[in-house]
Amino acid sequence: MESQPSQERNEQPTKEVPHVLVMKPPPLLTLFEDKFISTKFQLLKAWESTLPLHQFLTTHAGSVRAVLCSGASPITPHIIQLLPSLQLVVTASAGINHIDLNECRRLGIAVTNAAGVFSDDAADAAVGLLIDVLRKISSADRFVRHGLWPATGDYPLGSKLGDKRVGIVGLGSIGSAVAKRLEAFGCTVLYNSRKPKPWAPYPFYSNVHELAVDSDALIVCCGLTAETRHMINRQVMVALGKQGIIVNVARGAIIDEKEMVECLVHGEIGGAGLDVFENEPSVPKQLLELDNVVLSPHRAVFTPEGFMAACDLVVANLEAFFEDEPLLSPLIDE
Amino acid sequence: MESIGVLLACPMNSYLEQQLDKRFKLYRFWTVPDKSSFLASHKDSIQAVVGNAAAGADAELIEALPKLEIVASFSVGLDKIDLTKCKEKGIRVTNTPDVLTEDVADLAIGLMLAVLRKLCESDRYVRSGKWKRGDYVLTTKFTGKKVGIIGLGRIGMAIAKRAEAFSCPISYYSRTEKPEIKYKYYPSVVELAAHCDILVVACPLTKETHHIINREVINAMGPKGVLINIGRGPHVDEPELVSALVERRLGGAGLDVFENEPYVPEELFGLDNVVLLPHVGSGTVETRQAMADLVIGNLEAHFQKKPLLTPVV
Repeated sequence: MESQPSQERNEQPTKEVPHVLVMKPPPLLTLFEDKFISTKFQLLKAWESTLPLHQFLTTHAGSVRAVLCSGASPITPHIIQLLPSLQLVVTASAGINHIDLNECRRLGIAVTNAAGVFSDDAADAAVGLLIDVLRKISSADRFVRHGLWPATGDYPLGSKLGDKRVGIVGLGSIGSAVAKRLEAFGCTVLYNSRKPKPWAPYPFYSNVHELAVDSDALIVCCGLTAETRHMINRQVMVALGKQGIIVNVARGAIIDEKEMVECLVHGEIGGAGLDVFENEPSVPKQLLELDNVVLSPHRAVFTPEGFMAACDLVVANLEAFFEDEPLLSPLIDE
Repeated sequence: MESIGVLLACPMNSYLEQQLDKRFKLYRFWTVPDKSSFLASHKDSIQAVVGNAAAGADAELIEALPKLEIVASFSVGLDKIDLTKCKEKGIRVTNTPDVLTEDVADLAIGLMLAVLRKLCESDRYVRSGKWKRGDYVLTTKFTGKKVGIIGLGRIGMAIAKRAEAFSCPISYYSRTEKPEIKYKYYPSVVELAAHCDILVVACPLTKETHHIINREVINAMGPKGVLINIGRGPHVDEPELVSALVERRLGGAGLDVFENEPYVPEELFGLDNVVLLPHVGSGTVETRQAMADLVIGNLEAHFQKKPLLTPVV
C-alpha cells in the first residue's frame, strides 16, 4: 500500500477500505466494538444480514482477504471454499481448535491468535479454582449464606495446598503461568507436554497417565486437537486417585466428561474445578448437586484488562496485514 | 499424667479431644450445666486450659482456677487469653505458630481470587441452570493488582510471597517499618488503604488493632477497593463495613472472620461482591493435626518439666 503524503491526509481515500469478514461477533467485539474502528479496515458483519450465511458469503465476500472468527464461527474447509480471496484468519481467542489448520496451511492462509494476552487471567482462574476446591471456598460460602453456621457448627476441613504435587497438562503460556504461581505456594510442579521444554525446571512426563499416577491434582492448560480430545479419560482419572483434583481452563472436550461425572459421583476422584464443558452452555446435571466441584461459565479470561489487550492485538494483526507488515502473533508450526 | 485436670474450653477438634482424653483428666467445659458451680467444685483439679480462637482464658476464668499452670491455645491468635494476668500469676501460655501460616496465607489468596474473579458467584450462576450463550460478564483481573498488607509477620510475609508470584506490587503497614524488607511501607493504615487495590488484615488482635478497619479506612479504599480479613472479626468495624458494601462505597470483601461468630450479618448474604467463610483459615486436615500435636506436645513438655515447644509467656 502506498503511504499518503501529509497534505493529502484530509482527502477521501480513492481506494475503498478493505473488509474483514465477521460471521458471528466474538465476545470481544460485542463488548468492545469501538476498539475495532480503524482506518485500515472495516468490518463486514455477516450476522446482521437477513441472507443465510452461505448466500451472504457468495454474494458479498468474494474479495474478502481476512476473517475475524471465534469458537462460535469456526473456519471449516467449507467456509474457506466460499472465501476464494482469503489470506488471513484472525481469532479473538488463544484456542485454535475451531480453525482447520491443515486446510489453511495447504492454501497458504496465515492464522493469528490471541495467545499470551489471556495467560495471566487463565492462570489466575486455574489457581483460584484449585484453591476453591481444596479449601472448599464456594461450598463454605454457600453454607454461610444459607445460615447454617450457627446451627451446624464447624465446616468440614479442607486439604492443604502446599504439599500437593500438581501436574500441568500442557506447559505453554498458560501452563507456565500456572506453574510459576503454584511454586509460590510450595507445590511440587510436574508436567506433560508434546515435547519436554528445555527451560522448564519441572519433571517432565511423556504421557498424561504417568503424570496422573504421580500427581495429586491435574491442571489442564493445553489446546484441543485430535490428539488431546478425551485425553483425560477414565484410566487417567483413576490413576489420579480418590483424593485427586482436576482443574480445566482449556477446552471441555479434552476430558471425557461422561466418565468424569461418573468418577466424581462415585468418589473415584476427589473433586473438580471446571471453567469449560463439552457442550456449553449445557452442564451435566449431576455436577450441579456435588459439593466437591466448582463450576464456572467459561469466563477464565473474561476481564476488561485481558479483553482490551486482546482487542489491541487483534486490531494490530489486522492493520499489519493490510499494511503488508509482519503479523504480530502468527501461529508457528511446532 | 492421667490425674492432671485439663479444661477444654469448647469443641474444636476430635483428634485433639481424643488425645487429651487419653493422656489427661479431660473436662469439656461446654457440657457443664452450670459453669460457675463447676469451677467452684473443680478449682483444685484443673491445671491446664486448652482454648482456641473462639474461647480461651479470660481474667475471670484464670481467677477461678488457682491451680492453673498453663494455657495452651489451639490457634496462633492470643486475643482470647488475658496475657497480662497470666504473666502476673506465672501461668505459661503456648500457641500454634508456623504450622498454620501457609494455610492461612493460601486462604487469603484464595479469597482474593474468589472475590475479584467472582468464583463463588460464577458457581452459583452455573448451578442455577441459567447459563446461556451470549451471557458475558467481565470480572476483575487479579494479576498485577496492588496488595496492601496490615501486619507483616509470618502470615503477612507468606501472603506477600504468594501475591508476588501474581506480579502484585506489595506494600504494608506495621507498628514499625522493617528496613530489611523490600516492600513499600506506609506509616498509617489510611495511607496504605489509599494506595492499594486489595487490603489484607494479617496482624494480631490487640487493644490497638481493634477496629483498625474503620470508616476512614473504608473511605480511603474507595468503591473499587477490596478488603480481605483473615485476622479477627473485631479488626473491622463490622456495621460500617456492611453499609459500605451494601451501598457499593466499597468494591468487595473476602471475610473469614466476623465480630460475633458464628453470626454473619445477613445483609451480606445477597451481595455478589463478597465471599463469606466460617473461620476456616487453618481448616485443613493436615494443619489441624499439626496444631493438635503442638498443643499436646506443649502440655506434655510442661508437665514433664521440659522446655515448652512454642511458648508465648
